Amino acid sequence: MSAEIGLDLLLAIVGGAVRVGTPFLFVSLGECLTEKSGRINLGLEGVLVFSAMAGFGGAYLSGSPWVGVLLAGLSGAALALLHGLLCSLKRVSDIATGIALMLLGAGLAFYLGKPLIQPQAPQIPAIALGAWSASPGVQSALAINALFPVGVALAGLLAWGLANTRWGLVVRMAGDSSDAARALGYSVNGVRIAATTAGGFIAGLGGASLSLYYPGSWNEGLSSGQGLIAVALVIFARWSPWRCLGAALLFGGAGAIGPALQSVGISGGYYLFNAVPYALTLAILVATCSPQRAVKGAPMELGVST
Amino acid sequence: MSTPRSWHAPAEALLLPAGALVAALALFGLFVWFGGHSPVQVWVLLFQGAFGDAFSWQNSLQRAAPLMLTALAVALPARAGLTVIGGEGALVLGALGCAGLPYILSDVSGTAGSVAVLAAGALLGAGWIALAGALRQWRGVNETISSLLLGYIAIALFKHFVEGPMRDPASLNKPSTRPLAESLRIGAIMGNSAGDSLLGDVHWGLVIGLVACLAAGLWLSFSASGFALRVVGGNARAARLVGLPTDRLILLSCALGGGCAGLAGAVEVAAVHQSANTAVIAGLGYTGILVSFVARHKPWAIPPVALLFGGFAAAGSLLQRRIGLPDASVLVLQGFAFVFILAAEALRGRLFGLFEFSLPRRVKLLPGAAA
Repeated sequence: MSAEIGLDLLLAIVGGAVRVGTPFLFVSLGECLTEKSGRINLGLEGVLVFSAMAGFGGAYLSGSPWVGVLLAGLSGAALALLHGLLCSLKRVSDIATGIALMLLGAGLAFYLGKPLIQPQAPQIPAIALGAWSASPGVQSALAINALFPVGVALAGLLAWGLANTRWGLVVRMAGDSSDAARALGYSVNGVRIAATTAGGFIAGLGGASLSLYYPGSWNEGLSSGQGLIAVALVIFARWSPWRCLGAALLFGGAGAIGPALQSVGISGGYYLFNAVPYALTLAILVATCSPQRAVKGAPMELGVST
Repeated sequence: MSTPRSWHAPAEALLLPAGALVAALALFGLFVWFGGHSPVQVWVLLFQGAFGDAFSWQNSLQRAAPLMLTALAVALPARAGLTVIGGEGALVLGALGCAGLPYILSDVSGTAGSVAVLAAGALLGAGWIALAGALRQWRGVNETISSLLLGYIAIALFKHFVEGPMRDPASLNKPSTRPLAESLRIGAIMGNSAGDSLLGDVHWGLVIGLVACLAAGLWLSFSASGFALRVVGGNARAARLVGLPTDRLILLSCALGGGCAGLAGAVEVAAVHQSANTAVIAGLGYTGILVSFVARHKPWAIPPVALLFGGFAAAGSLLQRRIGLPDASVLVLQGFAFVFILAAEALRGRLFGLFEFSLPRRVKLLPGAAA
C-alpha cells in the first residue's frame, strides 16, 4: 500500500468518523438522558429507523430539510413517549418494551416509507471546514453535517444541565433513587416519561441525519443496529454526555473503515469490515462490564449491569 | 378487591393474549383505514390468506415451522431469567453450517447425512447464543444487547462466506452456496402424493418444530434440571443459595435455545432454499421473539401462536397482491401485537376484579360492639 493510498484512507476514516458518527452521537445522547432517569430504551433502534423515514418524508413534502429534521425529532419523541407510558404500567419491563418498539418502529417506517424509496429529498447542508485546502480529498473529508455542531452543543447542554439545573437533578434523582424523588414529591414515572420522550426527540435528530445527510436517502436497510450500538455506547461512555461524543466519533471512524477501504479499491472482506462496529461494541462491553460490581457511574435504578 | 378464584389464572392466561391480539387487529384495521383501505376487507383477507383454504393452510404451516424453533430460542433462556433476542443470528449461522458441512466432509449423504447437516447448523447456533450467556455470566455483559450484536456479526459472517469463499460460481444473480445434494434435503411429510390436503407439501420441519416444543415443555415441567432452570429464572440468588449450578444451567438454556434457532436455519436450507443465500435472512428470528412473548415463554403454547403468526405472514402476501398494501403491513401488525401483549401484562391478576361491582356489604359487627 503506497503512502498516498494510506493518506486517502486516513482522510476517509477521519471524515467518516464525523459523517457516520453523527447518528451515533444523537442516539447515545438521547439514551444517556433516558438512562439517567432510570430506564433503558432499547427501542431507540426503532426510533432511529422511524424518524429517519419521517424526516425524509417531511423534507421531501415540504421542500425544506429543516422541517424534516423537526418532524424526525417529533416522531422520535412520539415513539419514545409510547415507551415511557408502557413502562409505567405495572409488570411491564423496559427491555421487553424496547424490543417491541424496535419491531414496531421498523414496521411503521417500512410501511409508511414505501413511496419514499425512489424520490430525492432536499439535504441538510454541509459546513465546508476544508475550504482552506486545495485538495478535493481534504475538502470532502472536512465537509461536516450541519447537525453535527448541534449535537456537540447538545452534549454540552446536557452535561451542564444534568449537573447544574433543578431539572437535571430531578432526572438524576429519579435514576439514582426513586425513593428520594418520591419523598421530595416528584412523580418518578412522570420524570421518566418526560426524560424518555426528550431522549426520543434527540435520537430522532440522529434519524434525520441518516436519511437527510449520510447516506442521504431512505431505504429499508438504512439503519442496521446503529441505534442499538448507541445504547451500548452509553455504557462505554459511563453516562457522561461528553464521553458520548468521543465514543460516537470512535464508532463513526470504525464504521467508516469498510466504505473507506472500498473507496481506495479494496473490496475483499467488505462485509467483515462492516461488522467492525458491532465487534468493537461487544469487545468494549466485555472490557467495561464486570459481574462483581455495577459499571462506574451507572444510575443506581438501572438494571443494565446485572 | 375481588377474591381470586382457581379458574381466574388459567382464564386470564387465555383471555389476556387473545384480547391483546383482538386489540392489535382492531388498531391495524384503523391504521389501514387511514390509508384508504377497508378494515373489514383487510380482516377478511388476513383470515383467508392464513386459514382460508388448503393452500393457505399449507403456507401458514410452512411458515410456522421455523417460528416454533426461533421462539424456543427466546423462550428457553427466558425461563432461566435471560432476555436473549439473537435468534436471527443463530438462524443464519445454522443455515451456513448446514450448507457448509458438505464443503468440509464431501462424503455426507443419505439420512445420516441429513442428520449431520442439521446437527451442524444446530451446533453453530447453540455455540453462538451460549456465547451471549457466557458473556453475561462471566463478564456481566447485558445479554439482550450482546445477543443482538452477535446477531449482526453473524449476518455479516454469513454474507461474507456466501458471497466470498463459499460462493457457488454457478449462482450468478443471487450469490448462494453450492446447493445441497438431493439425498441431504428434507422432503414433504406426505411424500410426493401432495394433493389438496391441509398438509400438502409441508416439509418435515413442521414435525421437528413440534417435537422440539413438546420436548422443551416436557423438560421444563417434568425433569429435575428443567425445574432447577425455572428456579434460576425465578430467583437466581435463591438458586445459588440452595447450591444449584446457576452458570451451567443458564449456559445450557442458551445453548439449547440457540441450537433450536440454528436448527431452524438448517431446516430452511435443507427443506426450502436448498442452498444458503440471503433469502434465509427473512426476519424469522425477530418474529420468533414476538411468538415467544405471546406464548409467555411456555413451550407448549408456542405451536398455536407460531401458527397464528405464520398465518399472518402468509396472509401478508395476499394483502400485497389483492389490495396493494406494502409487504411491511405484517410487520406493523406484529408491532401492534407486541405492544398490546406487553400492556396486557399489567392486567394480569386484576382482570376479573375490573368487572366486579363493589356492592355494599353487610358488615359483621364485632361481638363487643353489638349492643
